[in-house]
Amino acid sequence: MEKERLIWIYRKMHEIRKFEERALQLFEKDKLRGSVHLYIGEEAIAATVCSLLRDSDYITSTHRGHGHCIAKGAELAPALAELMGKSTGYCQGRGGSMHIADVTKGNLGANAIVGAGVPIAAGGALAAQLRGSDQVSVTFFGDGASNEGVVHEAMNLASVWKLPVIFICENNEFGISTPVKQSTSVKDISVRSAAYDMPGYTVDGNDVFAIDEVVSKAIERAKDGQGPTFIECKTYRWLGHWTGDPQIYRTKEEVEAWKEKCPIKRLENYLIENKISTEEELKKIEADVLVAVDEAEKFALESPEPDPSKALEYVYFEN
Amino acid sequence: MSRKAYAIAIKDVLAEEMRRDDRIFIMGEDIAEQGGIFGCTRGLLEEFGESRVRNTPISEAGFMGAGVGAALAGMKPVVELMYMDFSLVAADQILNQAAKIRYMYGGKATLPLVIRGQQGIGRGNAATHSQSTEAIFMHIPGLKVAMPSTPADAAGLLRTALRDNNPIMFFEHKLLYSVKGEVPDDPDFVIPFGKANIVKEGNDVTIIATSQYVGKALTVANKLESEGICAEVIDPRTLVPFDTETVVNSVKKTGRAIVVHEAHKNAGPGAEIASLIMEEAFKYLDAPVLRLGAKACPLPFNLGLENAVVPQEEDIEKAVKSVLYK
Repeated sequence: MEKERLIWIYRKMHEIRKFEERALQLFEKDKLRGSVHLYIGEEAIAATVCSLLRDSDYITSTHRGHGHCIAKGAELAPALAELMGKSTGYCQGRGGSMHIADVTKGNLGANAIVGAGVPIAAGGALAAQLRGSDQVSVTFFGDGASNEGVVHEAMNLASVWKLPVIFICENNEFGISTPVKQSTSVKDISVRSAAYDMPGYTVDGNDVFAIDEVVSKAIERAKDGQGPTFIECKTYRWLGHWTGDPQIYRTKEEVEAWKEKCPIKRLENYLIENKISTEEELKKIEADVLVAVDEAEKFALESPEPDPSKALEYVYFEN
Repeated sequence: MSRKAYAIAIKDVLAEEMRRDDRIFIMGEDIAEQGGIFGCTRGLLEEFGESRVRNTPISEAGFMGAGVGAALAGMKPVVELMYMDFSLVAADQILNQAAKIRYMYGGKATLPLVIRGQQGIGRGNAATHSQSTEAIFMHIPGLKVAMPSTPADAAGLLRTALRDNNPIMFFEHKLLYSVKGEVPDDPDFVIPFGKANIVKEGNDVTIIATSQYVGKALTVANKLESEGICAEVIDPRTLVPFDTETVVNSVKKTGRAIVVHEAHKNAGPGAEIASLIMEEAFKYLDAPVLRLGAKACPLPFNLGLENAVVPQEEDIEKAVKSVLYK
């Protein structure tokens, strides 16, 4: 992988990490309401996948969607403003953390219903196929969603119609509090792809290079009209399902062991060891990201609340 | 004008609009070679090809989601549900996704999606293939709900739907498909949403009816003329948006209203319409607003039982006389 893209991925991972750390702080200070589902520990997936996409390519995301949205081009300031329900947020305070979308950047939306974004991504791919464009569509979903019927319906549909869609299953070990082995019939979720006659891969979801390799292949296949690919990225949710999760379903030791496998640190070490970058250069990136997050926070905090008299705006498209 | 059946009126508008707008495509169960089990898409495959006229797997939630995604991505999908009862299988994609996405995204997404199909009694299909589900979709903001009662209305409302940029639930009725009527030939013939049709003028009582009950209400109203009762029959044509003004103006004139539909009476469209009348025209009312709808019972298989559950013409007649204290 060329340096430019590696650095882009490195920066995006930091943007996601620091954005979410700040969101958590703001939540703890009561500056945020609702649910904030954090992606910390899983950043390599969103950043690497989106490093291979153009603005014209589509994604759909999940309730744990900040990472995908940022990697697909969401700016930090309106994203954080949306988490705070401000009028300057992506959805002008109508959607919140779980519904950030930016169709102009190909983000067809985060989605708070587990699995619901998956057929929507297939629809994005269908639009591309109907137009004869070379756009691809990526859907991010979790191990939990892999047990939703609509995900299987979308996989079948995509395979039958040879849609240019890539199913990215982020297996972070838990569906809320239920360990994947209690909820899921298979050890590697990617084996389910065989039922729909599409290639399936299971990769280390904290390994940028492993993800890059299979996603590149999947994109090529999609653009070539051969249809969908299923990629399971094994990773781990460092924090609770949501901010108030007591996390009785796992040990601190288990969490600490996964923190040792931090995807950001891993890429950092690689970049330095292989002399692709220097510690100094990487620290500078981290510091720049921190400034961007500070600015986003300031922007969000200072932004006005939406006008309650306009609460009914945007229900319908006014023809 | 051309005389044609309701199903043909639908097919013709689909074809005309597909010629006009290459973003429109249709998908659904058995709609391609088969032309749909009621023939509403017959011949479209031959003209437009398998890319734009697609048979789907029997995966209502999956292909409804694909419709939502394709709409978001700039296409204008028409999703045919073989029975509108199956909308419940796809409920999340319709009610949580299609209806809410534009709002949740702060107006930054447009979702032109027409979901159409037939519903209702009359063919012995029993409870899961004979019910009327429009009230469910009226309840969730973000959807428009159309219910054509004639071939001309089917044509004019469908063309409006296909030129709209919102998700639309388009409820056809299986017993209306073979009903013939005059349909304007104008390729731009549209009937705006939210504009009720005063099917018959009258001064004594207002009957608000939808779908196949418009015809039944009209039959009763014509019969009552001979008894000196002059009923006004109004077909709202769309339930969302709803033409409150036309209905309220009528009730201000007649002082009496009954609402009749095939959907269940309990929490049905009539409950909403009766409330609107009470809110807007209470002091003009000379009698309580009556609602007629299917009884609170799953639609039965047996014809005699089915008839016992849904309103009959005699029930409409009785209701009219009741509000006239006759």
